[in-house]
Amino acid sequence: MNLDELYQTVILDHAQRPRNYGELPQATAFAEGNNPSCGDEVTVYVKLDANGEKIEDIKFKGAGCAISQASTSLMTVKLKGKTVAEASKFEKTFHDMMTAVTLPEYPQGFGDLQILEGVRKFPQRVKCATLGWNALKQALGGNSSHDPVTSENE
Amino acid sequence: MINAEQLRNDFPILHQQVNGRPLVYLDNAATTQKPLSVIETLDHYYRKDNSNVHRGLHELSNRATEAYEHARRRTAQFINAASADEIVFTRGTTEGINLVANSWAFDNLKPGDEILLTEVEHHSNLVPWQLLAQRKGLKLRFVPALANGESLDLAALDSLLAPPVKLFAFVHISNTLGLINDAKQFCALAKSRGITTLIDAAQSSGHRPLDVRDLDCDFLVFSGHKMAGPTGIGILYGRAELLEKMSPWHGGGEMIAAANYESSTYKPAPHKFEAGTPNIADAIGLGAAMDYLDKIGRDNIAKHDMELAAYAYEKLSQLDFLRILGPKTNRAGLITFVMDGVHAHDVVEIANTYGVALRGGHHCNQPLMKKLGTPASARASFYLYNTKTEVDRLAEVLHKIKEYFTR
Repeated sequence: MNLDELYQTVILDHAQRPRNYGELPQATAFAEGNNPSCGDEVTVYVKLDANGEKIEDIKFKGAGCAISQASTSLMTVKLKGKTVAEASKFEKTFHDMMTAVTLPEYPQGFGDLQILEGVRKFPQRVKCATLGWNALKQALGGNSSHDPVTSENE
Repeated sequence: MINAEQLRNDFPILHQQVNGRPLVYLDNAATTQKPLSVIETLDHYYRKDNSNVHRGLHELSNRATEAYEHARRRTAQFINAASADEIVFTRGTTEGINLVANSWAFDNLKPGDEILLTEVEHHSNLVPWQLLAQRKGLKLRFVPALANGESLDLAALDSLLAPPVKLFAFVHISNTLGLINDAKQFCALAKSRGITTLIDAAQSSGHRPLDVRDLDCDFLVFSGHKMAGPTGIGILYGRAELLEKMSPWHGGGEMIAAANYESSTYKPAPHKFEAGTPNIADAIGLGAAMDYLDKIGRDNIAKHDMELAAYAYEKLSQLDFLRILGPKTNRAGLITFVMDGVHAHDVVEIANTYGVALRGGHHCNQPLMKKLGTPASARASFYLYNTKTEVDRLAEVLHKIKEYFTR
């Protein structure tokens, strides 16, 4: 088992210095992700443009393991400025990258999200990597609420 | 004193490499490893004696029944129960508590009655009572844990242990904190106020002598697999006069005296609580585990575990990036900690690559972890085959983990 596949430098960097960290007062939607059995929590905030088509800003806050926090941080970096349609496509691809039997085709611009591909070799940790993405999906689905989503059933 | 190095020879599983390093198994509070004598007992049973119990008239059935009932007598002796009729075989601690909740407590508690628990209970001694409280309109109360989980608030216990509390159910040794409750004193106090007691002995049964008559408890539950025995078998001890009056919980074969289409009559305790074919092999295996532990001496095991825990506490206290939960002294054989800036799951994941098996998470103690201000912690828990060298190895690995995350 090669630990560095799980904890790559970029992942550790994002875990220790998360980007886009904090609340977003102007958020148009948010959702909470919670894996109670691990104690991982993230809240993802998105601010869409007036047409509701583009992610103008995205932030998160939370606490948890290196994988959950780094994955969410990387997600926010990637999705800022993307359209909702692109974000949904990335979300689906990311999910497949973690859980599908065969690796998906990576869409253009998916880029360094692929760093997390190694997590699929650690089945216990897949839910850590998908937590922020599940919260994003919930937020983009227009279901802002304080009822957290979970990824413990991945 | 026990010679852990030598005892390791009794445990085949310990002699293996994990990720290229010798296995250091420090997850004994979750489950312990099994000595050869237990493995061979199971093997022998399935090779030679396997049969159903209590109803066969043939040789194998007689043998299986005798071995199964011998395990019951052995258990009575192990915890100094007055009679083997006070010993009910269950699947484990959790099932034992659910049985008491659904039988004794369901029949005897009325809306408005209260059940007293502590804030350090495992989910197994929390959720069954929540379910019952919802169905019966009962209230749960909790003896608070003091700062950092170092002890329970004993003054609060004294004032909470009063009507309308009808049952005090508490953990003997906390699986998260290593806190040892004075079970005898708790039971005496409860008894003097007419309150029934249940002791969760999951973390103590394999680690120190247990004497239900000396403890003077009403119910006591434990699991086989946390005391060198098989999984899937556990014990509910109940005082005879309570068990006699209790209704069955599960219905089915083996537990009836006579069955009719409309109604049935039941066997006396403990058999009325053992519906269906029981876990015969593992009950017998548990008896073998008790023999093994008593050969070593449970006093000796307690001393060894606590010495290791004290050594680990001393060693890990020197690591300034750790926060250790639970008592500073008189600690049972485990140590739970939080590493600054590194989540428990990351700690456990990396320890595993060095062959060190730890537990990370909330240890089935979610409300307690929340109270202690951390969602998760890592735990090392010891047993008779662990050594100081392994504790040293743990400390080294924790150093490496901290370095790994601050590179």
